[in-house]
Amino acid sequence: MSQATQTSTRRDVLGTSALRPDGVAKVTGQFEFSSDLHAEHMLWGATLRSPHPYARIVNIDLSAAYKISGVEAIITAEDVPGKKTYGLISSDQPVFADQVVRYMGEPIAAVAADHPETCRRALAAIKVDYEILQPVTDAEVALLPNTMPMHPDGNLIRHQRIIAGDQNLQGEVIVEGVYEIGMQDQAFLGLEAALALPDPGGAGVEMWVATQWLHEDRKQIAACLGLPETKVRLTLGGVGGAFGAREDISLQVHCALLALRTSRPIKMQYGREESFFGHVHRHPAKIYIRHHATRTGVLQRIEAKMYFDGGAYASTSSAVLINGVTHIQGPYKCANATVDGYAVRTNNPPCGAMRGFGVVQACYAHESQMDKLAAACNLSPVEIRLINAMQTGDKLITGQVVESVAPVARCIRETDAIAMPAPLAKNADPLELVGGTGLTSLPENIVRGVGWGVSIKNLMYSESFDDFAVARCRLSDGVATLKYATVEVGQGFVVLAPQIARTILGVDEVVLDTVDTGIGSAGSTSASRQTWMSGGAVDGACRLVRQKLFEHVGAKFDIDPMRLVVEDTDIVDMIGDFRISVVEASTGVVIDETFEHHHRPTEELDADGQGNCHVAFAFVAHRAVVDVDVELGLVKVIQIATAQDVGRVLNPVAALGQIEGGIAQGLGLAIMEEIVLDNGKMRNPSFTDYLLPTALDAPKVVAVMIEEPEPQAPLGAKGIGEPPCISVTPAIAAAIRNATGKELPRVPIRPQDICL
Amino acid sequence: MSVGNEIYSLTVNGEHHQVKDAWIGESLLYVLRERLGLPGAKGACEQGECGSCTVIIDGEAVCSCLVMAATAIDSEITTVESLAKKNGLTEVQDAFITEGGVQCGFCTPGLVVAIEHLLNKNPDPSELEIKEAISGNICRCTGYGRIFEAVTTAVATRKAARN
Repeated sequence: MSQATQTSTRRDVLGTSALRPDGVAKVTGQFEFSSDLHAEHMLWGATLRSPHPYARIVNIDLSAAYKISGVEAIITAEDVPGKKTYGLISSDQPVFADQVVRYMGEPIAAVAADHPETCRRALAAIKVDYEILQPVTDAEVALLPNTMPMHPDGNLIRHQRIIAGDQNLQGEVIVEGVYEIGMQDQAFLGLEAALALPDPGGAGVEMWVATQWLHEDRKQIAACLGLPETKVRLTLGGVGGAFGAREDISLQVHCALLALRTSRPIKMQYGREESFFGHVHRHPAKIYIRHHATRTGVLQRIEAKMYFDGGAYASTSSAVLINGVTHIQGPYKCANATVDGYAVRTNNPPCGAMRGFGVVQACYAHESQMDKLAAACNLSPVEIRLINAMQTGDKLITGQVVESVAPVARCIRETDAIAMPAPLAKNADPLELVGGTGLTSLPENIVRGVGWGVSIKNLMYSESFDDFAVARCRLSDGVATLKYATVEVGQGFVVLAPQIARTILGVDEVVLDTVDTGIGSAGSTSASRQTWMSGGAVDGACRLVRQKLFEHVGAKFDIDPMRLVVEDTDIVDMIGDFRISVVEASTGVVIDETFEHHHRPTEELDADGQGNCHVAFAFVAHRAVVDVDVELGLVKVIQIATAQDVGRVLNPVAALGQIEGGIAQGLGLAIMEEIVLDNGKMRNPSFTDYLLPTALDAPKVVAVMIEEPEPQAPLGAKGIGEPPCISVTPAIAAAIRNATGKELPRVPIRPQDICL
Repeated sequence: MSVGNEIYSLTVNGEHHQVKDAWIGESLLYVLRERLGLPGAKGACEQGECGSCTVIIDGEAVCSCLVMAATAIDSEITTVESLAKKNGLTEVQDAFITEGGVQCGFCTPGLVVAIEHLLNKNPDPSELEIKEAISGNICRCTGYGRIFEAVTTAVATRKAARN
């Protein structure tokens, strides 16, 4: 046994690999995830869901279910006291289906009972009569004039075009393609779970929930309950991963309604199958695209038509669409563009946020095109990308000037400089071959391929949305206490925030207060934004406290506070020889400051897709090396080399963890992961049939972090969560193309796409 | 919930626990978490695919979601809760923290149990043996790189402690 190593020999300031404060609890099984919560006299809640993608509800008969001993309440659409619908951008999704179901898995009723098994039996006893309708499951078909709208808001969620420059330019070289991206699931491990405690008399409710954004949840829950927001108090329950899937409401309103109805605590948690139905997914997309270039490979114009299948309800589809159309040029200079994007309603499962948020789809198309262009111009994948690499000061097709640090060429060059993996040894262990433990591949059928992907990703929210973050810092007796509503989903804000406080204030001891709605919003843990936004808020609050501390010390010792600085754990006079430890200086005083960080304002796009709609951008390059069994269609990703524009590394181990984790998810989309839909019905809602990368599928990742501090960012650091998963998918696809010579216009690439 | 009035007992981490008023269909995972106050094993797939619920039963690493609790009455069950002693974490637990093997942490208890089990059987595993041993434990956050580092570090620390 070794000693717990939560103490460090050096100070855990910014730039060090400080250890997670939740690490010990997590490795010992003591960390309280929201699925671990209990309350006395608690009941279990469960949801009845539609087995049909599209149907009219003719009748719901609850009588048999109510006869089951242990069932305490059953609620349906008519029991929703407030707003009957919710949604992140437009409120178009019913709390419970009312008269019509629009996707397989749509909630119809919820029960509260004494045991999960009683819930299961009650759900089975609810009799629903449906009139089954013909689902519309193709986004392009849904937009045809003779297709009936399936929702009062119509089938078009949003259309956005981008018109830039010369609309008639024809390049000396023209390449085109039609690319498709399948529906990916976030597949966080910690299933949806919440515990709701009703206030006496139903005056309000207190909830512990695994979410990405407490304040947005509260707003939507309160509206549906018909309660003022102050009567709905949310505390973060431990979150087992999110990746976008917890940005929308799932079980929150149902759980709160059951608690108010029964006047008892309600615990709800989804099983894995229900989770597949209970949260939004990555949008499947179809992209028609044409690139015009000079004979020497200089990109001149992009034409694209992009269809994002939003499923039955809007969720964040309109924002995903904007990300898709505005990133379709990739990290490349391009003056002229004609782009039409459509976010469309179908009877497929609703789609919304997932890591990469619309840019994943665009990147698969533009990177596939860049390789076609390279081939047409007789250039290498690296050459075509370097020729066109965007720089700071370049104008995007939206007219927005890239003010962010934009080391695109450097990302490509530094990735290219990473050593290639050794060739497959003749005497390699069979487990190292494609197919691994299946022992299926013959070495003579294995072909190695190399492919490239480079991407641009916006950071924070766009189109005039002010996603601010609030943090509060209290300093007393050498201890800093931080309070914020920033959701920790695993990304590591829980370690970053104390690093910031130690750096700014010179304290060693930092206490993290409960994450709840008892302070202003921190915005969502999404869009690679929390290091920048909540990091900026914590930084700001700590700076205010430090200023007050300087004033206190200055008054006490008769020194101009302007002369004081924090040096390690001391306050020192820059001019004289005065020195006092921060612990001593703050003994007996209480300094408490709150700071609200806003990013610079952005604009909405106009009808031609022009406007400064994004805050900032981050860039990354990926090179994939794969082994392909061309007979069996099996792929093993051997190595991913990557150089990522991170601005500044604040915690090297945590940053590497984001990069490696994102790469694994991008690998999943490239060759493994897809929600299979058959006329609107989900065919693989389980971990047996939805394949996730395992330890045996993980490639060797060689990562370089490019540190060019971002002047706009409060800590100089860019968000790093999303870029790793974006261009790795097209890089792997390109490597498989390189090995097989096939076009492979669709991801995930399946064995039959390679070998048949 | 109508239940039988039979009482059965389980031996978990060396202690005998009586399970009463339980529905006989409850999985070992459910009973550990909901009845015995041992929430360290996590449920994430209910199909034995993800390994989050890994416990040791009679010396074998097992997905507790696939075991009926009532069938485990004659077995020795070990959960993640028993690993760390008063004097500190195990080398594996320690390495998970120092090497960045923990992000959201939901897969962590199952992985820690699976790796302890591996190293107790095979103190010096090859890279392939490590990958093989934990390929039944899905992690969605880390991409496994930091977890491999954690195992490598734990192997070295254990080796140093033996010498």
